Amino acid sequence: MSAHVPAAKPAIDLSRLRYILATDCGSTTTKAILIEKVGDSWRQTQRAEAPTTVEEPFADVTIGVSNALTEIGELAGRRFIADDGTILRRRNADDPEGCDIYISTSSAGGGLQMVVAGVVAQMTAASAKRAALGAGAIVMDTIASNDKRKPFERIQRIRELRPDMVLISGGTDGGNVQQVVQIAEQIAPAKPRPRFGGEYELPVIFAGNKEAAPQVEAIFGGKGEKGFDLSVVENLRPTLEEENLGPARDRIHDVFLEHVMAHAPGYDRLIAWSDAAIMPTPGAVGDILQRIAERDRLNAVCVDIGGATTDVFSVFGGTFNRTVSANLGMSYSISNVCAEAGMQNVLRWVHVAMDERELRNRVKNKMIRPTTIPQTAEALVFEQAVAREALRLAYAQHKEFATTLKGVQQQRTVGDLFAQSGSGQSIVDDMRLDLLVASGGVLSHAPKMEETAAMLVDSFEPQGFTQLAKDSIFMMPHLGVLASVHPEAAMEVFERDCLVRLGWSIAAKGEGKFGKRCFAYRVSGAVTASGELTCGDVALVRVGPEQEVEVVVEPASGFDLGNGPGKSVTRRLKGGTVGLLFDARGRPLALPENEADRRALVARWAKAWGVLA
Amino acid sequence: MAKAYTPGLKVSAQTTFRARRQLPVSGEVLVAVGARVQARDVIARTFIEGDVTPVPLASLLSVPASDVPSLLLVKKGDHVATGDVIARTKGIFGFGKKELASPAAGVVESVSATTGQMMLRGAPIPVEVKAYVDGTIVEVIPHEGAVVETEAVFVQGILGIGGETVGPLRVAVSTPSARLEAKDIRADMKGAVVVGGARITAEAVRAARDAGVAAIVSGGIDDADLRDVLGYDLGVAITGTEKIGITIVMTEGFGDIAMAARTFAILKSYEGREASVNGATQIRAGVMRPEIVIARRAGDAVPAQGARPEEGALEIGTQVRLIRDPYFGILGTVVALPTEPAVLGSGSKARVLEVELEADGARAGGPSAARRVTVPRANIELIET
Repeated sequence: MSAHVPAAKPAIDLSRLRYILATDCGSTTTKAILIEKVGDSWRQTQRAEAPTTVEEPFADVTIGVSNALTEIGELAGRRFIADDGTILRRRNADDPEGCDIYISTSSAGGGLQMVVAGVVAQMTAASAKRAALGAGAIVMDTIASNDKRKPFERIQRIRELRPDMVLISGGTDGGNVQQVVQIAEQIAPAKPRPRFGGEYELPVIFAGNKEAAPQVEAIFGGKGEKGFDLSVVENLRPTLEEENLGPARDRIHDVFLEHVMAHAPGYDRLIAWSDAAIMPTPGAVGDILQRIAERDRLNAVCVDIGGATTDVFSVFGGTFNRTVSANLGMSYSISNVCAEAGMQNVLRWVHVAMDERELRNRVKNKMIRPTTIPQTAEALVFEQAVAREALRLAYAQHKEFATTLKGVQQQRTVGDLFAQSGSGQSIVDDMRLDLLVASGGVLSHAPKMEETAAMLVDSFEPQGFTQLAKDSIFMMPHLGVLASVHPEAAMEVFERDCLVRLGWSIAAKGEGKFGKRCFAYRVSGAVTASGELTCGDVALVRVGPEQEVEVVVEPASGFDLGNGPGKSVTRRLKGGTVGLLFDARGRPLALPENEADRRALVARWAKAWGVLA
Repeated sequence: MAKAYTPGLKVSAQTTFRARRQLPVSGEVLVAVGARVQARDVIARTFIEGDVTPVPLASLLSVPASDVPSLLLVKKGDHVATGDVIARTKGIFGFGKKELASPAAGVVESVSATTGQMMLRGAPIPVEVKAYVDGTIVEVIPHEGAVVETEAVFVQGILGIGGETVGPLRVAVSTPSARLEAKDIRADMKGAVVVGGARITAEAVRAARDAGVAAIVSGGIDDADLRDVLGYDLGVAITGTEKIGITIVMTEGFGDIAMAARTFAILKSYEGREASVNGATQIRAGVMRPEIVIARRAGDAVPAQGARPEEGALEIGTQVRLIRDPYFGILGTVVALPTEPAVLGSGSKARVLEVELEADGARAGGPSAARRVTVPRANIELIET
């Protein structure tokens, strides 16, 4: 985990805090929240937003921050912004104006864009990519000796990119030097031009074989020598069995602040205002998710689907991973979702007839007018169908990336000969997933909570018992950075105000013919219900967020709800705004080939789960 | 077919247009402030470093990397031509010597005793920046480029394909609602910027490309036709680098949609004049739209300045375009601005406004024949008058 508090900032006395302001400066919108001490508890009390002002004619991010905080002040009846546009600080306990601390995340200006490199694509380069993604970066390309490109193609590609920084890994400590140096030799003459141009020296972080460091230093030269600013940190893959991403991630954050942020308009002021280091938005989301998963010993997945990209974060067995699906999104990238998934896959979630040519033009028109919203029920059904496919693809990419370390030699017994598992297996296990958190417009702003829950289950296909939740107003970035200053306040607000618990997906793993018995369920306690589901069925039992019930499920042989095929499972749990979504559609989820049957079935599911009246 | 429609893009018969023309790296600026330039004039020039060819000497000669420096016949800084012998092994007792010919021409930039790799830097690549529009140099950016200014007709499109080009305007159809088809493209349109009306077909694009047309400007295009023209499905609206032999600018959107009457009238009135067109589009933060720029001349008619709505101002009586189904492309007038959010047909709550549709707009095929409709504020754009 990478929490930084600049050394220059005075230590914060947590006991006297009462008003905490937090902003997330996005590419288009700056979102502000106020967190207040209410009695003995920390609560998120107000929110406001204003357009981000990084670009001309303003070219100063703090204008948008001031605007958003001014609005928060009006809503809260407390002044936070002085006449000169700066943030007011509370001078004493009785001061009627000002805040105690101000913190921020940022993804404005396209966020942090990096090129990563390693010797072997599946090993050190994959570790470098994990380090960069975990720090909140967008990885523009991954260079590796075995990336199937010829050296000159690699150099050409690096020349075309305009990264904010480059991370080079390669070789275990004491291992290969030659290939690591070779990679450095290809990056240096390519002289990638940074986005900020001019005098900006491109930061290069070397986190590879420590024995190669002197030669890498010779290749990139000292500061002011060859246009690079090289820093050397601990090897992120010191042995094949070990990944040590912390030092590289921390250095990425430092370079982000020292170089990237310092060159963005107005960020010098924002950095001065802020009481904690400004974090890249996805980095902050990752931090809060890791803290929650660690505290509650959960396996958790969080998805944030935006207009251009979809981020997936996961923590399984304490291991954190993040992926960014760069062109899977609901407005700027909606056309790409349809192209990658195929229109037939999108339309399989639609229960009414739609004209494909007309839809294709509509998709493109949404792409070029990204701010429009669905007006009709039919347009919403289609948009949510696209969302299902974007989420499905993003999750598949995440599973492929979040693997055990590749290249690790394993001792095998005779029994293992028949097992398929080995190094490089996905650590994302749908049966072990405890909590699935949704955020991003199409999920957070769906008119009905049932729609959000159904989209999550259809696209992620969780197995067994999985709690479903949504981030009410996407405040996980704010809480992530707050956690670096005041973890308790961040956790309290996360529990009370951030997450809206939708309920539980209770789904059987296995395949069976429609109509064949799948599992029986019995709910007792605050709510009583029971039923038996055949393959292809779904059911909803309404259990509210404060209602506690005992759920017993008894699967037919060949179906697994957590304890193995055919074995019953008993769980005590609290419900949610939607309730318990029983799912006997099987995994992997299959839909009928026949068009009329498919539409009828999709409509039946939507009705059973309360999506359709 | 839907009624003519233009999104909230700039369509101006007279504006001061400034083009900031910069080299990608430092170089020589060839113009001074006050100079008159033509669109095709080169105003700045530089060379970027040539491509690098890595030569894996150690593996090609089958020797350890550390032996490579002693086998070289060239040194750092030397120029070599393709086929020049650059290294030779010693052989055994002088026999079995192995020679290595350079796979490329260039300057020896480095040789590594760790990797046994030589880097050959190719000849510098010239880069030129042209003026793009006829105008006057108003600012020189030392070593980088210059700013060209001109009084111009300026039309922004919604999406373009391909990069910058220049050519005389040729209007190929008689009305803004006429489809641009292959038969409308004639051999004498070579090098021209061809203006269509409504949807342009894939066949028309192919015919235009075959005829050597520089650019096509039209109202809309079908998604399927664009896919056909590009050879792939456009996933995100970031364009400008396509190499399809022609630049395309759509002024309105996807589907069978007519060019806004005013845009068509302006372009038609400048038929025969040189137009600078750039298809580069970026619909992300830092939005960039495709454009058509025509430098005005002293004798050009001064357009009447109609009252224009203040940017972003929306009030009763404002003319708007509806930009989302079920009313996509229809024009109307704002008749009510309720302050409270309303529940839409989708079930979402959003701020809305009421619009009275233009007569033929109502016929164009909304779900209801009602002339007065309620739409989310996010789904309209203002019309410049």
